[in-house]
Amino acid sequence: MPDIKVTPLGAGQDVGRSCILVSVGGKNIMLDCGMHMGYNDDRRFPDFSYITQNGRLTDFLDCVIISHFHLDHCGALPYMSEMVGYDGPIYMTHPTKAICPILLEDFRKITVDKKGETNFFTSQMIKDCMKKVVPLNLHQTVQVDDELEIKAYYAGHVLGAAMVLIKVGSESVVYTGDYNMTPDRHLGAAWIDKCRPDILISESTYATTIRDSKRCRERDFLKKVHETIERGGKVLIPVFALGRAQELCILLETFWYRMNLKAPIYFSTGLTEKANHYYKLFITWTNQKIRKTFVQRNMFEFKHIKAFDRSYADNPGPMVVFATPGMLHAGQSLQIFKKWAGNEKNMVIMPGYCVQGTVGHKILNGQKKLEMEGRATLEVKLQVEYMSFSAHADAKGIMQLIRMAEPRNMLLVHGEAKKMEFLKDKIEQEFSISCYMPANGETTTVTTNPSVPVDISLNLLKREMALGGPLPDPKKPRTMHGTLIMKDSSLRLVSPEQALKELGLSEHQLRFTCRVHLQDPHSDSDTLSRIYSHLKSVLKGYAVQHLPDGTVMVESIVLKVSSSGEDPNLKVILLSWSYQVNVEVILQKRPLYPSIGVTGVTDRHWRYT
Amino acid sequence: MKLYCLSGHPTLPCNVLKFKSTTIMLDCGLDTTSALYFLPLPLVHSSRLSKLPGWASKDGTVNLEKELKECAGRVFVDSQPEFCLPERELLDLSTVDVILISNYHCMMALPYITEHTGFSGTVYATEPTFQIGRLLMEELVTFMERVPKAQSATCWKNKEIQRMLPGPLKDAVDVWSWKRCYSMQEVNSALSKVQLVGYSQKVELFGAVQVTPLSSGYSLGSSNWIIQSHYEKVSYVSGSSLLTTHPQPMDQSSLKNSDVLILTGLTQIPTANPDGMLGEFCSNLAMTIRAGGNVLVPCYSSGVIYDLLECLYQFMDSANLGTTPFYFISPVANSSLEFSQIFAEWLCQNKQSKVYLPEPPFPHAELIQTNKLKHYPSIHGEFSSEFRQPCVVFTGHPSLRFGDVVHFMELWGKSSLNTIIFTEPDFSYLDALAPYQPLAMKCVYCPIDTRLNFHQVSKLLKEVQPLHVVCPEQYTQPPPAQSHRSDLMLELQPPPMAYRRCSVLGLPFRRRYERIQLQPELAKALVPSEIKPGISVATVSAVLQSKDNKHVLQPVPKPTPVPPSKKRKRLMEEVPELLSPKPLLSGSIPLDAFLASLHKSGITEVKVEETADGHILHLQAEDALIQLEEDATHIVCDNNEPLRTALRDLVLRFLQKL
Repeated sequence: MPDIKVTPLGAGQDVGRSCILVSVGGKNIMLDCGMHMGYNDDRRFPDFSYITQNGRLTDFLDCVIISHFHLDHCGALPYMSEMVGYDGPIYMTHPTKAICPILLEDFRKITVDKKGETNFFTSQMIKDCMKKVVPLNLHQTVQVDDELEIKAYYAGHVLGAAMVLIKVGSESVVYTGDYNMTPDRHLGAAWIDKCRPDILISESTYATTIRDSKRCRERDFLKKVHETIERGGKVLIPVFALGRAQELCILLETFWYRMNLKAPIYFSTGLTEKANHYYKLFITWTNQKIRKTFVQRNMFEFKHIKAFDRSYADNPGPMVVFATPGMLHAGQSLQIFKKWAGNEKNMVIMPGYCVQGTVGHKILNGQKKLEMEGRATLEVKLQVEYMSFSAHADAKGIMQLIRMAEPRNMLLVHGEAKKMEFLKDKIEQEFSISCYMPANGETTTVTTNPSVPVDISLNLLKREMALGGPLPDPKKPRTMHGTLIMKDSSLRLVSPEQALKELGLSEHQLRFTCRVHLQDPHSDSDTLSRIYSHLKSVLKGYAVQHLPDGTVMVESIVLKVSSSGEDPNLKVILLSWSYQVNVEVILQKRPLYPSIGVTGVTDRHWRYT
Repeated sequence: MKLYCLSGHPTLPCNVLKFKSTTIMLDCGLDTTSALYFLPLPLVHSSRLSKLPGWASKDGTVNLEKELKECAGRVFVDSQPEFCLPERELLDLSTVDVILISNYHCMMALPYITEHTGFSGTVYATEPTFQIGRLLMEELVTFMERVPKAQSATCWKNKEIQRMLPGPLKDAVDVWSWKRCYSMQEVNSALSKVQLVGYSQKVELFGAVQVTPLSSGYSLGSSNWIIQSHYEKVSYVSGSSLLTTHPQPMDQSSLKNSDVLILTGLTQIPTANPDGMLGEFCSNLAMTIRAGGNVLVPCYSSGVIYDLLECLYQFMDSANLGTTPFYFISPVANSSLEFSQIFAEWLCQNKQSKVYLPEPPFPHAELIQTNKLKHYPSIHGEFSSEFRQPCVVFTGHPSLRFGDVVHFMELWGKSSLNTIIFTEPDFSYLDALAPYQPLAMKCVYCPIDTRLNFHQVSKLLKEVQPLHVVCPEQYTQPPPAQSHRSDLMLELQPPPMAYRRCSVLGLPFRRRYERIQLQPELAKALVPSEIKPGISVATVSAVLQSKDNKHVLQPVPKPTPVPPSKKRKRLMEEVPELLSPKPLLSGSIPLDAFLASLHKSGITEVKVEETADGHILHLQAEDALIQLEEDATHIVCDNNEPLRTALRDLVLRFLQKL
């Protein structure tokens, strides 16, 4: 029995380090290759030794697919391809291909240049890795090899985020990556067709959350920012350079314009300009509204938002600063946070999910004293707000996607075990499908039951369909009969007659004849006529014919009458049929000719008196 | 399988393919060359045009002074220009299920088809094709509506009258089917029926047919189409290019193994080499500018213009003409330039990689930034105050019958310092210039047509090896002007099937097979037996289910056991219906072995009698006969069902069942 195996190397009952191995139809695919933000040691990267203990991965993987540019989905890619060793194709969408190397380089700089780590991938490795990337277009069917095909769908999580359908023969798996089912200010909603995959592998970051309307969240966010500004405080919004940042920029930009506010908004790091440029060039990946109006007014040209300089952090007066990275685990956002944390007038708004171990996660859990490097403690006095702006599907969204794709099985990754458990129950209840949630390194095996594709001769098919009538009758299914010819690897279903002809065989006729004795005073031909008219009257719906050569045919059963030499009243009826005729069908229907002594037919043969 | 050919124009095709149960329209090109019979529509009042004399036949019997004007010995219709539509009478267009668009030039007749024929299907096109197609339609509508013309000339179309007109009007065909331009409302309605697709996207039509667009290398988003079922494959090639310009290269390998390849949209100027033409374009342009003249380039608002701008971007500085301003005037100039920059996925590798930097893929972004290229929606407004001479103006329409180009013809035509350079291959430049004669301005003809030439196409066909080729009849003979050039036609074995407007071709294929799925339970229950080395057969008895053109074979359902007391009668009626038909038999029965097995089952008294065709076996104790022949067996016995069954099973043991 063919089966599909799924093993998460990362993101199994966890968020971060997404890396999922899928074996389907003899093909091995790696889905995402991310790093973990919460660790600084070996656990940062997936454990590739699971695939092979020694040597390169090329022989063990048919392809690698990256869903989007966030580091927890692509951060381990150069390590995997250049340091562990993989030379096969890596698939990602155009925007991901454009932005991914920039974030990787950023990540490398922080790790190597700032923290001084060695044994890390180099700039050249990032470049070499990107050379192995094959760009994917939405809805394009890419043939990885003769059997394996993949197709990308819009996921709406960040620019260029994609869900991917993997298909080998009639078996298929969908991997969602991160996705969002509600359109926002700059991206559209995820969409997939009713592809009925054997397994749907879905993220479940917000497995238990059902978020209130987006409008409320936005109003809340703006209100909080506005209040802080009004009382002269500073607002820090830690974000990743691309993604939510643009969404919140659009939001604040329109709000500042509408309210005619003067407080400065800054965006840290030199990435902004460049980042916004990507959005302009990949405008086809944004939502309908932005795409429609981009010629007149490009939403990614901000008037109120200016580049940030490190010295501005000490400026007096209110300001709003977007700073990277988003989980306050390093870099500029952490520096600014340290500066502003002591003042209760200030505020930090965490617009996205924070991985365990990061400063962001700690303060969100209400920690008021943070241990910093060099044994210093930092007192957190500023207000900490969490606002879910990260574009993940919530429980409702996940259920919506299941309804869209109609999978046979469900597998959850990229979420916390407890929350997954809850969602798993809900899914199993509502859709009556199995739902799995393997931990890292744990393999889930799903048995598939593919049907067998066969070439049917058009003659046979048309004949059958014509016999079946214009509308199928569920109460009376028709049985069709054919011969399956198996030659080399081809399977062809043809009518038995055609099979005989094709195989160069002649038909062997098998006939049966039965004699029935009957007392009847009439002449032979009269007896036959009487039998004929009787059969005609009892066998309605069958072709009963009286042929001029002195025979009666019931369908293809032949009846003949002769009288024995000695007794002219004793008639012998010869009944002859071929092996293919289901005599029973006809004979079981009605008692035959009782008036002249044949009591009828029971079971399989005629009785006579 | 049939092909209905609704257009006679080889580069603006419109064919309808009936394949399996679907009706698929391939492209919907609008032949605008009919506009050449009309007088130009000036943007500002032209006293020259309004003073042209009306036409009346020499003997005075026909007087059409109001409708027809004479200019330099040629007669033109004074009315809003009309276009030649695809044939609409050949088949009922409301039965068309889908329309596949290959590039933005081949969709200009869409509103005529989708709006007024009862069409209720879907149009498939790539995003660039859709967006730029929309721009070109919008431009056409704006050109027409900006200068409304009350008069609609119809008298000249009268058959009796048309016969008396001077050529070429006399020879215009199908003039009654010519139509005025559609409205923006019709364009919007037509485009709302478009569904966007990406290259190599497999689109299922009713479960019966799969269509897939492939990159054709001709323009942004241009595609060829594969229309296939599991067993048959039709390739539709339209407007393809192997030259490296801005679009993604042509996907050739996916065209392989076609049963039929429909070939349209070859180059219209097979004798001109696009690279050479580009060189000539630049040198003529430089010469004119240096002499202080202006250059007018009548062109479409998308397509080759991007390449021209890129070429000039490099050329102008090296020719020391860096300060010459370029003007691009069209109601959609801005949109066209902006849209060209956001379709990175649809561009050649070179341009694609620029986006990763991130930089705009086309250098015209820089030309605009440095103010070397300026674009205006029309000559009215800003342009009139900002424009400096000498300059280069890109503007439409290339037919010179409407659009801003008409104004520049009137403005610059009288000076021999100026030059008009024709780059679009769609119109004969002499015909285009006819209503402006006499003309002092220099005319240069540098048609740039990047579509496949005959040499390239024969190489392509050799590689992809279709079983049959269908093409417009124009491709099966040399062009009329170069009748000795046998290299400017398609020579194939078997010869291509040629079509013309209103042809209906029966395509040479017979469908023999269809895909059916055996359910796993059914497949498992099959008992294959080897009949010849390497060939096995199995008898399949199953229930056929057909839904949405997909067929599935299911195991025969077992009758639900009904308690014998109840409903016994019903069971009797229904069960036999489900009895599987018996297989056909094959083979022959060896006498000795058969006798031995009879013996084994206790039938010992057998008298064998030889006949002409075989043997007759008398089973004396049982009073039965078995007649054995090479390929027939006849069992004769009286009322003894157990015996008959036993004999039958013995016989069957020696035979193969199918």
